[in-house]
Amino acid sequence: MKVDIKGFAKPLIESLIAVIIGILVGAIILAFSGYNPVEAYSALFDGALGSKYGWAMTLSAATPIMLTALTFGLGAKTGLFNIGGEGTVYFGAIAALILTNIWGNILMGLLGGIIAGIAWMAIPALLKVFRGVNEVVSTIMLNWVAYFLALYIIIQKIPNPKDPNKTIAIPLSARFPIIIKGTELSWAFAISVIAALVAYYILWHTTIGYELRVSGYNERAARYAGINPKKTVIWSFVLGGIMSGLAGAIEMMGRPPSYAISQGMANIYGYGFDGIGVSLVGRNHPLGIIFSGIFFGMLKAGATAMQIEAGVPLEMVRVVQGIIVVTVAIPGLLDLLKRVVRK
Amino acid sequence: MMDTALSILIGALTAMVPLVLTSVGATVSERAGVVNIGYEGILLMTAFFGAMFAEISGSPWIGLIGGAFIGMLLGMLHGFITVYLKGDHVIPGIGVNLLALGVVAFGIPAYWGTAGQHQVPSNFRITPIIKTAYGSLSPMVFVTIVIAVLTHWVLFRTPLGLRIRSVGENPEAADALGINVERYRFLATVYGATLAGLGGAFMSVDWLGTVTKQLSAGRGFIALANMVFSGWNPLRALLGGFIFGFFDNLSVWVRTTPAIQKIVPWQFVATLPYLVTLIIVAGMIGRVRAPKADGKPYKRE
Repeated sequence: MKVDIKGFAKPLIESLIAVIIGILVGAIILAFSGYNPVEAYSALFDGALGSKYGWAMTLSAATPIMLTALTFGLGAKTGLFNIGGEGTVYFGAIAALILTNIWGNILMGLLGGIIAGIAWMAIPALLKVFRGVNEVVSTIMLNWVAYFLALYIIIQKIPNPKDPNKTIAIPLSARFPIIIKGTELSWAFAISVIAALVAYYILWHTTIGYELRVSGYNERAARYAGINPKKTVIWSFVLGGIMSGLAGAIEMMGRPPSYAISQGMANIYGYGFDGIGVSLVGRNHPLGIIFSGIFFGMLKAGATAMQIEAGVPLEMVRVVQGIIVVTVAIPGLLDLLKRVVRK
Repeated sequence: MMDTALSILIGALTAMVPLVLTSVGATVSERAGVVNIGYEGILLMTAFFGAMFAEISGSPWIGLIGGAFIGMLLGMLHGFITVYLKGDHVIPGIGVNLLALGVVAFGIPAYWGTAGQHQVPSNFRITPIIKTAYGSLSPMVFVTIVIAVLTHWVLFRTPLGLRIRSVGENPEAADALGINVERYRFLATVYGATLAGLGGAFMSVDWLGTVTKQLSAGRGFIALANMVFSGWNPLRALLGGFIFGFFDNLSVWVRTTPAIQKIVPWQFVATLPYLVTLIIVAGMIGRVRAPKADGKPYKRE
């Protein structure tokens, strides 16, 4: 029997296989660690999808990681492995906090996120263009630099005078309206979806998008066609910086209850890393990222329910995410499986 | 002043161990043509499993061997995907790094029941062989030096080393000479990951004596930068590892010295190893040359 799977369906199916493998291997690890996998997963899925509240929490958890995924995805589509989303989120959040406390409106917060994102991503972009520094090494090093600089700013420059465990908060006038009362879902979610659609439009319907994709597909062909590689590298980082900067900003302005950065950056840490997984499962495609973002959001939202109801540490979902990403890395997963099955 | 200098020197020799082991391993892997950026995750996971094995067996040495074993398995996974399935070299590495974040974040509370951090009891840690007033030296410091020197010798002075380098420089020619390109690449990848695994376990059962979610702290990538700095040369990686280890140790020392904390915020000092890495990599590019077929999957025509 020959199954004909065309361009679009094949990556979709491969991502689904990776997800299933991730969940299955996760179940094995759960069982080995002495937990009941069925109990754990049913708590997770029920918590994330079993109610209107669960769905709202899923979508709100998807909001920042869709944007950080776009950072990695835009990079990957242009031939770069931009892992700097993590550090950029911190500065996007800090910039939004500072600007909205000066001018109390959402637009200034978004602008702050965008400017901070571009500014921070300019460093690996310039290092790449002028010194040829591999972006994997530079963005990871810059994530660590960002981590400590952000800690300094949070503790020393913008602490909450009434509560030393937090930073100053977003003023009421600059907070996104909540969509469903009593949940964390605000209209910030729309920003992420719009950003993905804009990224899609740029990549497939503009000249610069075409140049970016050609550079990602075949660097030599791009150079032969007269595309300036420096320009595409800078554009890739700038667009990526905007996305992660926005992620930090809307996480501050659109995610109750604190509207501030909490101690140890707990509420803004890890989104850049999550975004890499989201992007890879979405095949680095902006539209794929919307769906895989919601899937990873579901894992995040359900993790809390799993911890409360089944007593499984919520970090379990990170293991599942990791296995999914390693599986996604296997080329021709579908063909490989077919060969194994045939044997 | 002399005391401080000596204690930082000894500290640098210790901090050098995971960096040098990983750099030397990565050098062999890349000399054979396989790029692996998953060392960060390997260091983190093997630190976790190293401590676990040490506490189960009651011997820190079993912890070290166990860490190397886990590293070996992760190297086999990477080698299988990149060498035999001809996959991209970067993405599986990213995957292993992400997986490590999950495994350690889940593993610490699941296994030890503590959130975020576990202290390895002193009887499960390796006893230093040299003790001075300025600090002590682990036997692993000497093991690391021996491994770097031996690897250098094998890589540049033996037929085996020539074959490893040939599959990374010109796999077509190596293949034509009857060298099994895939086997050499796979084994070189496994060797690299095994050394990193030894380095990861060293962090938990010897040097730092703790397991945390951020224990590797970018050292896997600093080791890759050190490899570039060395020009893919194990002996120079030993020297570079000492320099990076110096800044690594210096930042820890300054962070915990109250007099300096008053002048410079500790967070600024903590960024030092990463900034030094960036500066050195930016400065070395163009002066060193990577193996020609580095990172390129080899498909027999």
